[in-house]
Amino acid sequence: MKYIDEFRDGAVAKTLADKIAKLVQPQRRYSLMEFCGGHTHAISRYGLTDLLPPHVRMVHGPGCPVCVLPIGRIDMAINLALDQGVILCTYGDTLRVPASECLSLMKAKARGGDIRMVYSTLDALQIARDNPQREVVFFAIGFETTTPPTALAILQAQQEQLANFSVLCCHVLTPPAITQILELPEVPQRGTLPIDGFIGPAHVSTVIGSRPYEFVAEKYRKPVVIAGFEPLDVMQAILMLINQVNQGRAEVENEFSRAVSRDGNRKAQDCVAEVFELRREFEWRGLSVVPYSALMIREKYATFDAERRFKLDYKSVPDNKACECAAILRGVKRPQDCKIFGTVCTPENPIGSCMVSSEGACSAHYSYGRYKDMD
Amino acid sequence: MSEIKRGYVRPLDLKHGRVDLTHGAGGRAMVQLISELFARHLGNKYLGQGNDGAVLPAPVLDGKPARLVMSTDCHVVSPLFFPGGDIGCLSVHGTLNDVAVMGATPLYLAAGFILEEGFALADLARIVESMADAARATGVPVVTGDTKVVERGKGDGIFITTTAVGVLPDGLELGGARVRPGDVVLVSGSMGDHGVAIMSQRENLTFEARIESDTAALHGLIAKLLATGADIRCLRDPTRGGLASTLNEIAGQSGVGMMLHEKAIPIKPVVAAACEFLGLDPLYVANEGKLIVICAALDAPRLLAALHAHPLGVDAAVIGEVIADDHHFVQLTTAFGGRRIVDWLVGEQLPRIC
Repeated sequence: MKYIDEFRDGAVAKTLADKIAKLVQPQRRYSLMEFCGGHTHAISRYGLTDLLPPHVRMVHGPGCPVCVLPIGRIDMAINLALDQGVILCTYGDTLRVPASECLSLMKAKARGGDIRMVYSTLDALQIARDNPQREVVFFAIGFETTTPPTALAILQAQQEQLANFSVLCCHVLTPPAITQILELPEVPQRGTLPIDGFIGPAHVSTVIGSRPYEFVAEKYRKPVVIAGFEPLDVMQAILMLINQVNQGRAEVENEFSRAVSRDGNRKAQDCVAEVFELRREFEWRGLSVVPYSALMIREKYATFDAERRFKLDYKSVPDNKACECAAILRGVKRPQDCKIFGTVCTPENPIGSCMVSSEGACSAHYSYGRYKDMD
Repeated sequence: MSEIKRGYVRPLDLKHGRVDLTHGAGGRAMVQLISELFARHLGNKYLGQGNDGAVLPAPVLDGKPARLVMSTDCHVVSPLFFPGGDIGCLSVHGTLNDVAVMGATPLYLAAGFILEEGFALADLARIVESMADAARATGVPVVTGDTKVVERGKGDGIFITTTAVGVLPDGLELGGARVRPGDVVLVSGSMGDHGVAIMSQRENLTFEARIESDTAALHGLIAKLLATGADIRCLRDPTRGGLASTLNEIAGQSGVGMMLHEKAIPIKPVVAAACEFLGLDPLYVANEGKLIVICAALDAPRLLAALHAHPLGVDAAVIGEVIADDHHFVQLTTAFGGRRIVDWLVGEQLPRIC
C-alpha cells in the first residue's frame, strides 16, 4: 500500500532503533506517555517496544475515546435505546463498553434495543431520513477528531429540517486531559511526575493544530512531539523526545508535519465552534470530573440535543472497585499491575474500559503483548 | 362453461413472484416450488426417489467398508449475492470443505432451506441454480432436502443449511490435535478476500473495492496434497474468525504455540487497503476457499510445490512454524521487526474510532 508501507518499513525501523539505542544515556530512565489510543495500538500491534532499549518505557495515556467514557454516559445511551425506543446510532467499538447492570450497548441490542453501528455521521443522517416516523439519536463520542463530523451532521440536519434527528453529545477535549494528568494528585505525593515527555495526538492535531500543546512545554516544562499513527512515526517521535530530554529542552515539535500545522484545520474548528460550546464539567473514566473538558450543543441547536429532547440526566456510577483503569489511564500503573488483568477482566469480559477497545492500554497489552509477562 | 385443462398447474412466477406461507405449508404450492425449482435444478437419481429420505449405497473404499465423515453448516450471509459468489454456491463449498479438510472425499449433500415470506422467487431461483452449478462442478449431488417458510420479519430472506457426507480412507488421520513443535504452517493463498468482498457490498459501507470472494471447493486441491504422501498433520479452512482464530483453535487442540511471520502471509493489496480503511485486521477476516496446511517440516517443500501446481494454490506460502509453548500463544514477528500475539478474535471485529 503506497503511503502506508513506507511508514512500516522494518529496515528504517532498525536504523531508528539503533539511533535511539546510541542516544539513551545509560544512567537515565525515560518514561514517555503516548496520549492517544491510536499510538498505543500501533506500539502493540507492531511490537515496537521490542525495538526499544530497556531505558525507555512507554506509558499508555488516556487518549482512547471509548476508554474514558464513564458508565453513566453509556447508561444514558442504553436508556434511549431500551426505554425511549429510539434508533441509536453508534461507532463500532462503543458497543462493548460495560455499563450498569452488566449491560453494554451490544447486550442492550440483544434485549431488543434498535442499536445500529455506523461508520460515519452521514450514515446516521441517512437512517433518520429513511425512518421519518422514528427518533434517531447519534451517540457522539470521541476527541477533537470526531467532533467536526458531528457538528456537520447537526448543521446538515438543521438545513434539511430533519426533525427526528438528535445527538447525544459526549465529545471530549485533549488539552484539559493532559492538564489533568500533569496535575495528578500523585504529583505532590511523590514530588515528581513519572512522565518525561509526551507523544502528542495524531488525528486530533490535524484538527486543532500543535499550538494547543504549547502550554505543556511552557508551563509544565515537558517536551511534546506530535506524531502520526504509523509505527515509524512513533519511533521517530521517541527519538525526538529523547533528544529533547537529553538536551534539557521542553518544546512542542511536530513529527507529523505531513498532516499537522500549528493552527490546524480552521474550517473544522469554525464548524465546531458554531455548534458546540464548552461544558462546565464532564466526568471522565479514570480522570474523574475535569472542568471545561468536554463539549455540549449550543442553545441555538437545542432541538438536536438528545439530552434536552429526552430530558436525560447524567448519573455518575462508580467503577468496579478492583479495577485499576483509573490509575492506568493516568499512567501511574501498568495493565499487568492490576489484580484482575487477564483473570476476571479479559477482552471477552471487560470489567474496566481499558479492556474494551483495542486502543485501550489493557486490551492492547492483553491481545498483543501478554506473552512478555509470562516468559 | 370453463374448459379445465387436465393436470394444468400455472407455473411459478419466477420473475415477479414471492415466497408466501403456502410454499412451506405442505400443500400443492410447496410441491410445486420443490418440483419447479429445487428438483429442476438440483435433480439427480437420489433426489428423484422423492421419498422422505434418500437411499444410498454403502460406501466402499479399496474393497472395504469405508469410514464416513459427516459435517453440517448453516449459511447466513448478507448480502445474499456478492462479488465472486452468493449464498447458494457458498452453502455447497463451505460444507464440502469441512468434510474435505478431514481428508475425506465428499459424496453427498443434503440441503435445508428456511425462506422468509415475501422473498423474491427470482432470487431464490438464482440461488438454487448457483447451488446446482456448484454441486455439478464439484461432482457432489444434493440427495435430499427440506424447505420451510417463516413469516415476514422472522427470517432474513433465506437461510440454507447443508450437510455433507464423505468417505475417509483407512489410516488417514488428520486433525487439530496432531500438530507438534517443529511442524510448518502453510496457507494456500491470500487471506481475507471473502470477508472484504462481503463487507464491500454492505449497504452502509459502500466502497468500490474490486475484490471477489474466494469461495471454492477445496477437495480437488486436497486430493492432490494427499497424493504426495507427505506427512500432513492437519488441514483447516480458515472461515469465520480468519487465519488467526483457526490457528488459535489448533494451537489449543494440540497444546503448542506458533510463530508466524507477517511478511510471509499473502494478503492482496486491495484487501490490505480495505482493511486499513475499515480498521480491521485481515488475519481475522473470513476466507471461503483457502486452506491451512500444517505438516512435518521435511515435507513442506513438496506440499508447497503441489499447492503451487493447482489453480487454487498459486499464491500458497509457508507462513510460520509450530513451537513449544505452554501458553499456546500464536505469535507473529511483525514486518516492522517486533513481536506480538495474534490472539483469538474477541466478539465481532469492530472498527476503531481514532
